Amino acid sequence: MERRVKGGKIKTEGSQKKFSGLISRVTGNQVITILLILIALGTYLSIHTGTFLTSYNIFNILRAFSWIGISAFGQSMVIIGGGIDLSPGSVMALSSIITAMLLAQGVDVSISVVAGLALGAFTGYVNGILISKTKLPPFIATLGMMSVARGFCYGLTSGWPIRHLPPGFLFLGQTDILILHWKVPLPVIFMIVLAIISFIFLNNTKSGYHIYAVGGNEYSASLTGINVGKIKILIYTLSGFFAAIGGLLMTSRLGVAAPTAALGYELDIIAAVAIGGISLRGGEGSIWGTLIGAAIMQVIRNGLVLMGFPAYWQPAAIGAVIIIAVMIDQMKKAKAQ
Amino acid sequence: MEDRVSSKKNSGTYPILEMRGICKYFGGVHALENVDFELYPQEIVALVGDNGAGKSTLIKIISGVYTADRGEIYLEGKRIEIQSPSDARALGIETVYQELALVETRDVAANFFLGREPTKGRSGIFIDKKKVEEVTVRTLKKLSITLPSLRTAVRYLSGGQRQALAVGRAIAWGRKIIIMDEPTAALGVEESRKVLGLVRQLKEHGASVIVISHNLRHVFSVAERIIVLRGGKRIGSKLKSETSGDEIVKLITGAELI
Repeated sequence: MERRVKGGKIKTEGSQKKFSGLISRVTGNQVITILLILIALGTYLSIHTGTFLTSYNIFNILRAFSWIGISAFGQSMVIIGGGIDLSPGSVMALSSIITAMLLAQGVDVSISVVAGLALGAFTGYVNGILISKTKLPPFIATLGMMSVARGFCYGLTSGWPIRHLPPGFLFLGQTDILILHWKVPLPVIFMIVLAIISFIFLNNTKSGYHIYAVGGNEYSASLTGINVGKIKILIYTLSGFFAAIGGLLMTSRLGVAAPTAALGYELDIIAAVAIGGISLRGGEGSIWGTLIGAAIMQVIRNGLVLMGFPAYWQPAAIGAVIIIAVMIDQMKKAKAQ
Repeated sequence: MEDRVSSKKNSGTYPILEMRGICKYFGGVHALENVDFELYPQEIVALVGDNGAGKSTLIKIISGVYTADRGEIYLEGKRIEIQSPSDARALGIETVYQELALVETRDVAANFFLGREPTKGRSGIFIDKKKVEEVTVRTLKKLSITLPSLRTAVRYLSGGQRQALAVGRAIAWGRKIIIMDEPTAALGVEESRKVLGLVRQLKEHGASVIVISHNLRHVFSVAERIIVLRGGKRIGSKLKSETSGDEIVKLITGAELI
């Protein structure tokens, strides 16, 4: 309460506003810092390569990270809620295979897509139940789900990819929509719309507030009557659902549902969240950070190719970026405290 | 051994909260054995006892964190079941826990409304942020609680500021009963004085208060009645005007019985 309490008066509105402005600048900074990194990377590549800053290349980049980005929105909610989800890569593949198998049977596109999405949400729901009811650590529950879902991918297909998907499905990942004079890939539009919805969900709804509260301090949240178990089930279900959306868009773009698809993507998804400045301790972070984090990873991949580095070096570059980004974030937080 | 509350106090008044024969076991440990408890309207009762006497267990039964293994609870004469913290809150019982129950990563306003955020319109989905800020500012002002800003994350607040926020929150929402578990334990002299002032204010707001404290000076400065627990049993209930610090210490330690 400090000394000011002696006066017994709340500080004036003016000083309150000034202070809150400062705070929002500090928290806003987190997103702005990585946005500046992204802009710096883009500027460097624009100067040093002739092909980076073309609308063709930019939309290629955007499309290439759209499915990782979408899955990472779900992962963001899980991590903000104090958990972690290792299963989205496998869930992307499994929901694609279910949809593709239904399509191969001649089932209507919309029904097949809904079935794939429902399956994704269901795997997340199972994760949520395992974590909230049987108190399994999230790492273990979702590690198990990662393996189970991948096993189903192989088992259901005997290892064979499913091809010859109908044009009604391929439309989702392969269409460009003309906006002004740019041809914007449909998955990119999906990603941006889902980012906006996720942002509003986290920042303006009761459930969103409770996700931040559970991630920030689970015990306090439960003492204030928040249903912690329900929130956990919700975030893992959403993560599974978002992974399914990402998986279907990926499959639609590639035109084939392979049991080996999205292998190891869970790490890219978690990396996007971490680069985006979302604390792995939970309770804070923004969807915009995740979006920019996913963009940075793809720009680096693209840039290395444009600058003539063999693709084999990409994982090393991405790994270095993850370490540097999280290090900068932690140093900033230590300073703020 | 047990002094019943003097007839002056309860002539014509029924307890707002009454607990009869409360038992609570943790494994083989009898945390509470046949404990009775009563709280009268607009009364400030202090619950004292040594570590492990069962004070926190008893209040956690009232606030819904634990459920009693045996015993009955009556609120305003009506038998009630408190199964969860939200049950207690819905009944108008608020608690300031020793751990404060704040989320450090969230700001002051979000913590003030934690778990009971108001929503806009009929959808019940979108949070009415304007209302959150307005009510928080108004309530903190009314209680003369000064905090840096509504948008400051709680982790940037001092211990005293956190305590003030938790107490202010309980006061704002506690319609009937407010429970405080060691409200002054982490505070300096000036901050303690301030919080004890808030406790006295509660009475004027029409609430009844249960305070747990190790600090007998604080207990004697706010409480009207003191209930002593020892080893999970109720040892005595004394009106402040009819007892002394020495007597309470004897009851707490059991020196009198030996």
